[in-house]
Formats: sequence, C-alpha cells, structure tokens
Amino acid sequence: MEQSILPQIKKAAKKSLKARDNELASTNKQLEILNGGLFADGELPYFKDKIAEIGHHPLRPNKLEILQINVGYMCNQVCEHCHVDAGPDRKEIMTRETMELCLEVIRNTGAHTLDLTGGAPEMNPNFRWFVEEAAKAGIQDFIVRSNLTIIRANKKYYDLPEFFKKHNVHVVSSMPHYTRGKTDKQRGDGVFDKSIKALQELNAVGYGMPGSDLRLDLVYNPSGAFLPGDQMAMERDFKKALDEDFGIQFHNLFAITNLPISRFLDYLIASDNYEDYMYALVEAYNPAAVANVMCTNTISVSWDGWLYDCDFNQMLDLKVASKVKHIKDYNEDVLNDRNIVISQHCYGCTAGAGSSCQGTVA
Amino acid sequence: MANSYYDPADLRKFGNITEWSEELGTKFFDYYGKVFEEGALSAREKSLIALAVAHVVKCPYCIDAYTKDGLQRGITKEEMMEAVHAGAAIESGATLVHGVQMMNKYNKLSM
Repeated sequence: MEQSILPQIKKAAKKSLKARDNELASTNKQLEILNGGLFADGELPYFKDKIAEIGHHPLRPNKLEILQINVGYMCNQVCEHCHVDAGPDRKEIMTRETMELCLEVIRNTGAHTLDLTGGAPEMNPNFRWFVEEAAKAGIQDFIVRSNLTIIRANKKYYDLPEFFKKHNVHVVSSMPHYTRGKTDKQRGDGVFDKSIKALQELNAVGYGMPGSDLRLDLVYNPSGAFLPGDQMAMERDFKKALDEDFGIQFHNLFAITNLPISRFLDYLIASDNYEDYMYALVEAYNPAAVANVMCTNTISVSWDGWLYDCDFNQMLDLKVASKVKHIKDYNEDVLNDRNIVISQHCYGCTAGAGSSCQGTVA
Repeated sequence: MANSYYDPADLRKFGNITEWSEELGTKFFDYYGKVFEEGALSAREKSLIALAVAHVVKCPYCIDAYTKDGLQRGITKEEMMEAVHAGAAIESGATLVHGVQMMNKYNKLSM
C-alpha cells in the first residue's frame, strides 16, 4: 500500500498543501487529528496530563531569551517535511511596516537572541534592509536561518555570505544528511550539490572555520518517520564526512525532531506512519526536557505581526494566551505572564534529549 | 486475539514482559540497555551488529527496531545492506562448512 501512495505524495509535494487545497492546510483539521484518535481513545496520554505529572501544567515561560521572527512563508524549496508548508507559491510576506514594528521591539527587548526564519527569509524583498537595521540594535546573537540553496538559487543571492559577514550574522542552515541521496529525497533533486557549494562559499569568507567568530551551525532533521539520534554522535559523523568528502567546516549540529504538523503530518498519515510516530514521541517523552522547551524562552512573530509561543504554534495558528497578541501592542512583561498554549505536537519537543530551534535541551 | 503470530504493534509492548516476572524482566532490560551503550565499540557499530543478527535469527521485531535505530543514527542503507550480507555470509558459511562433515562421512563410508 505504502509503495503505491508514496510516489503520489512526492509528485504532489512540489506544491504547498495550501496550493493543493489539501485538507491539512486547515489548522483546525490538523488540531482535530492531534487532539483526537489515539489521544481521545485514551491509548496515549494528552500532553497536558503528562506535564501535569511533574507539576508543569500550565506551562509557564521563564525569562525571554529569543525573539524569533518569521518574515514570510515563501521559499525556493518545497521540502517534504516542512512544518511551515513553505514554497514558491506562498505569498505571505512580512511588510516593511510590520518590520518597523519589529525593529522597535528589537531595540528594546531583553532577549539576547534575534532569530530570523521563514520560508527562505532572504526572499523577502525587504530582508537586507531589515537585517541592516536590526544589526544596529547590537543584539548579542543575530541568527538567520538559511536553507543554503538560496545562496545558489539566483545571482542576486550570490553575495549573501559576504552580506551575512558584514552584519556579523550567525548562520544556521539546514542539512539533512551528509550523503546526496538522503538530502535530495527530503528536500528535492539537486539540493545536496547546491548546499555543498553554498557551505564551501560560507567557509571561504570565514564562516564555520575553527576558532572563527563567524558562526555557522547546521540543522539536522530526520528524513522520514523516525526521531533524531544522539546530537553529539551525529555532529561527529557530519563533521568527519563533510570534511573528508568536501573540505567543509562548521561549528555545531542541531538535531531537531520533526513535529507532526503540516506537511510532515501529511507525510505521516499518507505513509501509514502516524500512529507509530506518535507512539515513538510519547515513549521517548523525557520529563527533564520540559523545563527547557523553547516556548519557555521564546516569542515567535508571524509575517503579519501576530505573536505565538513558538514557530510550530504559529503554523497551527495557536496565538499566545495573553492580552498582548500582536507586535503593535508588544509588552514583554505582560507577555511573560501567560500560560503557554499546548497540544499533542508538543511531544516533539520533549522526546529524548528534547528538541528546539537551538537543538537538544536536556 | 490477533490471527497471525507476528503483530507489529506487539513490538512496543515488549516492555510488558516485565509485568509477569519483574526481577528477570528488569535485569534483562538493564543488561540490554547497557550492552548498547557507547563502549569499546560505538553504539553505531553495535546497531549494525544488531541489525545483522536480527536477520540471522529472523526476528521481524528486531529488523523493524534496528532499521529504525539505524536511520536515527544516520546509518545509510548501503551500510545496513552490507551488515545484512555479513550476517547472511556467516549463516550460509555455517551451512556450507557442514559440507566438510558430509564429505568426511561420504569418504568414510565409501570404498
């Protein structure tokens, strides 16, 4: 059965769920699945009950450390596992006006890290202006999540490594595997070769080199219905293979668990892996990861200025449970006094050594 | 009751064997966990050994478990298949080496 369905998913995956009018483009449909089935039947415990066992329900934020801004869902790639449902057909892009509101917050925030994500953030027409302005705020760690292939996608992006360097941007890039086959299977044909070239160009300007202040970290997402292995062991394997085969250097590898939402949820259901995957997440639940899940130190801002506990909640349209819900009304003290919105996808962040946009947490 | 001897869903119930013999079950899982820790051999190498043995003992649960374990560790399909061949070669070698016994017996019985 799986054999006959999977090629169809792969063919369809060249467009976003939204462009395909797939029912999973609806966040209500996704939440219905996450709250129903195995959990409603009592086969698996609800996340809220699991964290209540260790006194963490309701889940509350700690000090705000990371301001994560999603500048738009447009992307040059259509990765099968993408929780954003990003792609070239997505038109949701942050406007300059919303960026102005974000800059005001960046200048005054207590957060030490600014994290720009997308889509491919570089495709936002105001991206460079925004980076230049944000860099002036002197925030300690300024991250741009770059998918690497964007650097090779068009001549106008070829100078991105130099641009990042000029503004001392910390580059965090996706790299699903150090072999061509696994990378292209998840992210599309040709992605591996372009990513290798982009990494070499980042290295050439000093990114990722031993002792360099120009930080280059890689993100590893499993290319299928399984959880990431030990982050340190994976980092060791990636470093060895990328250095030996391509002379590539990088600093750290973040192993990130795929959460069962959006296109990854679609893949899990279509490949008949959903139940096993949810069992695997719940079985791997690690209470020690709960205190440090990223929603406890992060605020996520969407392209249209709404505020969320994390990028995953943003994609499920679960806005913060606070009087302040939009960047125009931003108030850090009010926001920090809130209960974090949770559902069963949250098991993805507490599995094993935990998972966040900064890698493991436990 | 399932109408086949093997049900994939039984794999995740493996831990339940402890319910009917807590001491032995616990000792087994402690031992099992310890065996697969990083040691003189890496956990990655042990995962490949486990995959090869899973095929030799023809345990469908173990094949599912260690294929998934290998994927989680970033082990490639080429490495996995080589491990399976290593197991298969030993298994077929174990059969074929008995051919010497057959030859011995043949020679002893023949004039």
